[in-house]
Amino acid sequence: MNNAYLPHEVEVVDRIQETSTIFTLRLRFTDPEIQTAYQFKPGQFNMVYLFGVGEVAISIVSDPRDDNLLDHTIRAVGRVTRGLAKLKIGDRLGIRGPYGRGWPLTEAEGKDVILVTGGLGCAPVVSVIRYVTRRRELFDRLVIMQGVKHSEDLIWGEQYAKWQKLPNTQVLLAASEQKKAGWPWYSGHVTNLMDKVIFNPHNAIAMMCGPEPMMHAAIEPLTRQGMSEQDMWLSMERNMHCAVGHCGHCQYGEKFICKHGPVFPYSEIKTLFAVKGF
Amino acid sequence: MTAKQFLARQDFKSLLQALKAEAYSIIAPQVRDNAIVYEKIENISQLPRGILDIQAPGSYKLENEESERWFAWANGPQALKPLLFSPEEVLWSAELQDNKLAFKECAPDDKSVAVIGVRACDLAALDLQDKHFLQKEYSDAHYQKRRENILLIAVNCSHPADTCFCVSTGDGPFVSAGYDIVLTELEEGFLINPGSDKGSNICDQLPLCEATDQQTQQSFQQLENAINRQQRKLPNANLAKLLPDQLEHKQWDDIALRCLSCGNCTAVCPSCFCHSELDEQTLDGLSTQHIRQWDSCFNLDHSYIHGITIRAESKTRYRQWLTHKFAYWVEQYGRSGCVGCGRCITWCPVGIDVVQELKTIAGEANE
Repeated sequence: MNNAYLPHEVEVVDRIQETSTIFTLRLRFTDPEIQTAYQFKPGQFNMVYLFGVGEVAISIVSDPRDDNLLDHTIRAVGRVTRGLAKLKIGDRLGIRGPYGRGWPLTEAEGKDVILVTGGLGCAPVVSVIRYVTRRRELFDRLVIMQGVKHSEDLIWGEQYAKWQKLPNTQVLLAASEQKKAGWPWYSGHVTNLMDKVIFNPHNAIAMMCGPEPMMHAAIEPLTRQGMSEQDMWLSMERNMHCAVGHCGHCQYGEKFICKHGPVFPYSEIKTLFAVKGF
Repeated sequence: MTAKQFLARQDFKSLLQALKAEAYSIIAPQVRDNAIVYEKIENISQLPRGILDIQAPGSYKLENEESERWFAWANGPQALKPLLFSPEEVLWSAELQDNKLAFKECAPDDKSVAVIGVRACDLAALDLQDKHFLQKEYSDAHYQKRRENILLIAVNCSHPADTCFCVSTGDGPFVSAGYDIVLTELEEGFLINPGSDKGSNICDQLPLCEATDQQTQQSFQQLENAINRQQRKLPNANLAKLLPDQLEHKQWDDIALRCLSCGNCTAVCPSCFCHSELDEQTLDGLSTQHIRQWDSCFNLDHSYIHGITIRAESKTRYRQWLTHKFAYWVEQYGRSGCVGCGRCITWCPVGIDVVQELKTIAGEANE
């Protein structure tokens, strides 16, 4: 019997505290056969199960080519994630997945790649950054934009500094509510920087993840610069219990975010995108 | 079409005997708490003899009449849905031992069930649930097992309620597909027709005779009466096209003043599939059961995500339900999610009439 709902045991191999509330769990299946068979694409997610508490949908941060550890960067904000925050190296939990359609990485080959993220929205996109930087010759320009509220919310700061030094790469960081001095990047919304992006709007793919108002604010200037709605991809998030299109929580109009998404070209979701209540 | 067969009323018990002989557990309508419910029966005396249902927005009453009929009513709050998509069931369990986790699948029920008295609307809804739960990529093992083990004995609806509109959705009152056996109840007995090999096998064991022309004629007349009895009709507009353009219609605010967000409509709807998953841990903290239970888009938690509730108001929750049922469903599964059973109208505690609300939104309220 193939039970689509049954998780598999994984072990916490490493745990990294990214900020006071954000942490990364590096996981490995305890069954080597499952570990070998498991494959995913950047942008896909897993259902992560905490014993006795429940499941939560978390995107996979690792590069598929990586050292076989599945990284999940999580913010402790709900019942399950606050519990996950307490796990230590060696603890066991459950995983099932991967689910959903990943980022359009094949379509992006030969094009400029624009990544616009806000808050922990950078997590599902960091796998794209790793993917692109390791296969740099396959893509044209790489633009990495990340917005946070406060400078201390920025995770992977050293990584951004490293990425900035790569050829043909632009990194734009912003903190919208930055009051302290010493922030070398822009103070304000990251979407205010869209006009500073150097790219060819007719040969580019944008991938965005973060609060919906942020993505909405990014779409307008990109459209103005000539990008088509099919080339702007958004990672959407809704309540998910089953991740296989059965439970109904993530329905967005006719779409099930879990199986049709979580990433969509803007053209597919634009009719409901700014409508409150969907 | 082969000549119809007839099963006399006094021989109806032979149907139960044949089902029992084939090791079916028999579910059939009966009266409990002043409503028609589908539960296990042992003998025909438990069937609702001479019972009529009087349904109206927010109201359900049973009345007695001098009649031998067992199926002279439209429906009760539930029929097939809970038999296949269980209101609550364990999907799997987990055990914690020496800091290791072991997951165990929970095998679905494996018993054969025969359901007597299935309506056309319920068969149409079953087809919708099949489309949802038996998708190619992820088929629901629990649903699938029960679905394989169910025998569907339909009874054509002779007494639609005032809340029924299956003629308008094209799903009834006449059963046309998806059954193992179909019956038409007449005063002195039943016209009977198998619709599958499993159904034929049962019919072969019954003392049938050929139906008379008069009986066949009566069944046609009964069907015509059942059609004519339905006054309720969906608006003429193409709702799949119209509703997504009416997301800001003022009627949503009007409905929100009346809607209690209680979720009765989604609980009685035979096509609603939303469910939540949760863990129930044992007191020693060493084992846990992962449970699925029915959920409703009218619940506050339904749209909760990391500190945000997408649909905090009744207005957006009712709109979610109605636009899904009548518009987005069409793109998902090729047809509307409504089969015209009228349950959401009857069991709404404040009597919100989905047909009337749709007419208002479609600008056909006075037609």
